[in-house]
Amino acid sequence: MENKNIVISTKDLKKDFENLQVLCGIDVDIYKGDVVCVIGASGSGKSTFLRCLNLLEKPTSGSILFDGEDLTQAKVDLNLHRQKMGMVFQQFNLFPHLTILQNLTLAPMMLKKIPRAQAEEKAMALLARVGLDDRAASYPNQLSGGQKQRVAIVRALCMEPEVMLFDEPTSALDPEMVGEVLDVMKELAEDGMTMVVVTHEMGFAREVADRILFIDQGIILEEGSPEEFFGNPKMPRTKDFLSKVL
Amino acid sequence: MSWFNKLYETFIEDNRYMWLVEGLGNTLLITLCALVIGVLIGTVIAVVKYFCEDDKKLRVFSWLCDLYTTVIRGIPITVLLLVFFFIVLASADGIIVAIVAFGINSGAYMAELIRSGINAVDKGQMEAARSLGLSKGQAMVKIIFPQAIKNILPAIGNECIALLKETSVAGYVAIVDVTRAATNIRNKTFDAFNPIILLALIYLVMVVIMTKLLSILERRLKKSDGK
Repeated sequence: MENKNIVISTKDLKKDFENLQVLCGIDVDIYKGDVVCVIGASGSGKSTFLRCLNLLEKPTSGSILFDGEDLTQAKVDLNLHRQKMGMVFQQFNLFPHLTILQNLTLAPMMLKKIPRAQAEEKAMALLARVGLDDRAASYPNQLSGGQKQRVAIVRALCMEPEVMLFDEPTSALDPEMVGEVLDVMKELAEDGMTMVVVTHEMGFAREVADRILFIDQGIILEEGSPEEFFGNPKMPRTKDFLSKVL
Repeated sequence: MSWFNKLYETFIEDNRYMWLVEGLGNTLLITLCALVIGVLIGTVIAVVKYFCEDDKKLRVFSWLCDLYTTVIRGIPITVLLLVFFFIVLASADGIIVAIVAFGINSGAYMAELIRSGINAVDKGQMEAARSLGLSKGQAMVKIIFPQAIKNILPAIGNECIALLKETSVAGYVAIVDVTRAATNIRNKTFDAFNPIILLALIYLVMVVIMTKLLSILERRLKKSDGK
């Protein structure tokens, strides 16, 4: 990492659901411009880890430093910090009662008080970049899965976030639509966006990631550059996992 | 010919049809005002329960809402009407009493309806809204509630129809609604058949109109459901 600015830093992050410990102490630093791919088996805690980063899940203990502030403290303005962390969900979660354009302009107009004309102009420009500017007046249910997910990415980008969190963004897509979404993400990465991506797309991780985190049973079992991780995994569990998915 | 004479005697003589018109006015007034109160109370309760159920400190508000729905749903509307007429609002105008009683009654049912509508909205919607930085309240107003209302519109329609018909017991506390007006005509003219049949037709027509209006509204809200 040439740029050593830390954007997100977790310390001993733990999360329990009832009696089940899902995260057992995660320490990770995410640097500006970093593309971090989080991989692991289902139930390993990788999605929970991601959802803890913007406190959609409240960690049981540990700290999350974002822009130097600990988000787990009760007094921080979480809504303000969340504006700077875009999130893309597996199930898209577009707002079905709003048009695509309204989906994109809602948060900037409401939270950042950006005038409508300006918000719409920005939204249209971003939509054009993902090739969907002709669908601005459509409703989400009129779009294909891949189109929905591209809109969802744009919706997050409209808030001009410092970091983008992706929670298995292609897992709910038909196979032929995965590519169009990954292409958008690749472009984002090339533009220098800081990204944390929970994914099962090993090809994407290998090609785009700066760093791979392999989470197993609630801890980061192994981490490294894609070359060393895929080329020369150290832990037996990692080798076993990779032999099944590659 | 004699049937027409009978009709004349029953409804036209002494302008008795005006009794029905005035009664109908009261029925509609009570229904509409009670509906507004019902929706307001129902919304407040549903939202309070949504926000307070999982919060230990605020849970007492959730219990208060439960108490309200339990008590109101446990008392027949006629009894509720008597309670308000003779005890709670003893000095108020009859129409006001009816509006309050029917509104409070309807609120309990609306609350459960709206709550089920809110719960039926995918929880990813709240997460997406929160992830953009909206507060829980902003997300409720802009994202969750509009979708909830759309989901429960048919059920709300049912509740409106039920409310309209329930107001026919308002005569219990000396309010001249359309049912009471028909009864008054019956007592005056000793003609039971015609006022009762006409009364039934009036309710039927009102319900049909209401159903029609609701289906128009539903269709307009459906716009976003796809091609």
